[in-house]
Amino acid sequence: MGAIGNSVMVESPVSLASSPEQVAAAPRAKLRVDNVSLHYANRKGGITVALDKVSFDVPEKQFAVLVGPSGCGKSSLLYLAAGLSEATSGRILLDGKPIDGPGADRGMVFQGYTLFPWLTVRQNVEFGLKRRKLPAAERRDIVSHYLEEVGLTKFADSYSSHLSGGMKQRVAIARALANDPQVLLMDEPFGALDSQTRMQMQRLLLRVWERSHKTVLFVTHDIDEAILLGDRVLVMSARPGRIARELTVPIPHPRSMDQVMEPDFIALKREILELLHPERESDETD
Amino acid sequence: MAKRRSLLQRCVTPMAEIPRSAVLAVGIAMWAFLLCGWLILSNGGLVPPMFLPTPAAVLKTGWDLLQNGTLLVHVWSSAEVVLAGFIISSLIAVPLGLLMGTFPIVQAMLEPVVNFIRYLPVTAFVPLFILWIGIGEEQRITVILFGTFFQQLIMVSDVARQVPKDLLNASYTLGTSRASVLWQVLAPAAVPGVLDALRITMGWAWTYLVVAELVAASSGLGYISLKAMRGFQVDVIFLAIAIIGALGLVTDQGFRFLRFKVASWAQ
Ligand SMILES: Nc1ncnc2c1ncn2[C@@H]1O[C@H](COP(=O)(O)OP(=O)(O)OP(=O)(O)O)[C@@H](O)[C@H]1O
Ligand SMILES: [Mg+2]
Repeated sequence: MGAIGNSVMVESPVSLASSPEQVAAAPRAKLRVDNVSLHYANRKGGITVALDKVSFDVPEKQFAVLVGPSGCGKSSLLYLAAGLSEATSGRILLDGKPIDGPGADRGMVFQGYTLFPWLTVRQNVEFGLKRRKLPAAERRDIVSHYLEEVGLTKFADSYSSHLSGGMKQRVAIARALANDPQVLLMDEPFGALDSQTRMQMQRLLLRVWERSHKTVLFVTHDIDEAILLGDRVLVMSARPGRIARELTVPIPHPRSMDQVMEPDFIALKREILELLHPERESDETD
Repeated sequence: MAKRRSLLQRCVTPMAEIPRSAVLAVGIAMWAFLLCGWLILSNGGLVPPMFLPTPAAVLKTGWDLLQNGTLLVHVWSSAEVVLAGFIISSLIAVPLGLLMGTFPIVQAMLEPVVNFIRYLPVTAFVPLFILWIGIGEEQRITVILFGTFFQQLIMVSDVARQVPKDLLNASYTLGTSRASVLWQVLAPAAVPGVLDALRITMGWAWTYLVVAELVAASSGLGYISLKAMRGFQVDVIFLAIAIIGALGLVTDQGFRFLRFKVASWAQ
């Protein structure tokens, strides 16, 4: 696995990161975040600037990852893209059309658990398909396909209260994927999981993505996760949230966990760490 | 021996689960204790039978009244009024409460009024209802309606408000429209809480019924109690109390069973 990765990687120089205008210009933007600001009214009668003039594009079929310190507005940005809340100024476009409300074309996996507790695992995955009025036979096939994909066929008839945290997130991912959205928004979907389960889920998501090539906007705290999964990493600064830097991940697919140890990976990781913690010494090698 | 000690330990550990047999045992023991107390006080002659009848006397009175048919007439008369008042109240309060918990505008409109009325004692309205409606069944139904409706409204709206907003958000991202999210997400998510609210308010409905019957009625369990007091038939009073308690217990269990059946996911 590592050997294949290495041979392809020779041609990509380590310093490939940055130069965002070129990255954005090349393929057509699937999702365009255009000068978006978001203010919340706070208790003292003032305003909290959660997002300050954020702009970036996610090209079609790209796996884009947002990283940034807690409270920098990552969830807020995904809610805006999903159409679940409204920006104070600026707009977000899907295929060039401004988003003005939620829709099945943008699937979302939330930071917390959001399975419908009165439905079984199977019915949860089927939820969006039913809204789209697909025939029962087709629904059944799609549901069993995605349950198999996330390894939960055996739990198809369980209620979510009987599932572990990792299983719940796997169902949530299957539920979002089964609905075949054009853009998948994922808000720290593995944030609450232990490192073992987390790695398992990352492997699963890599495999699913390498097969489907969906346009993804993925939020995480975990830099390893960002580099492992992303084609591009957008680093955000602390409040007010801004995009501090866009970095391209030069590691080709198919990717594997082993690549976490490779020099390209570590170089990129160091660069992101320095952006997130500018005060910190770069003596930490790995 | 080791097993015994672990059971004892579990009994004194906060929130620890205890075996079903232990639950049953202490439940029965408590009843046995109360019945024994009653037996000692009445049969032992510590309290004169004019104030405290023996359990046997109450049972005999119950059997006699059942034989001549009067008991069932009064039980049914009470149950009918409770059911009518409770069902009418629930049919309006549940949908309205769900709307109130879902739409802040409905809440802003109703809550100030509801919270004002909710704290007025129903009993204070009984004379007014008698004046307006008379002393028929309708008056008692109104008392129950008035007593339960506003409580149900507040309880159901709280249940709706506690449905996590991200459940609605998740359903939107899966293609649910704003119009159907009420039915697709809010209503099913609220089912267990609504059933609990109904179960609790059902108990209050019984209380208000007896109040209404004590004031003005020509049948019902409250009415026979009042009549028995005038004739010094303390055994009939005890009988009426026991029946009200038993009916309450049965409806309570009924609601628990219903909740278990339709919302087993929330156990
Ligand atoms: N409903 C709200 N009202 C007021 N302020 C809010 C609200 N939601 C978020 N904020 C503020 O906006 C900022 C961004 O919040 P957001 O949840 O988007 O951060 P985040 O980057 O997702 O954080 P985390 O990594 O911890 O999930 C925070 O400072 C938060 O306090
Ligand atoms: Mg967040």
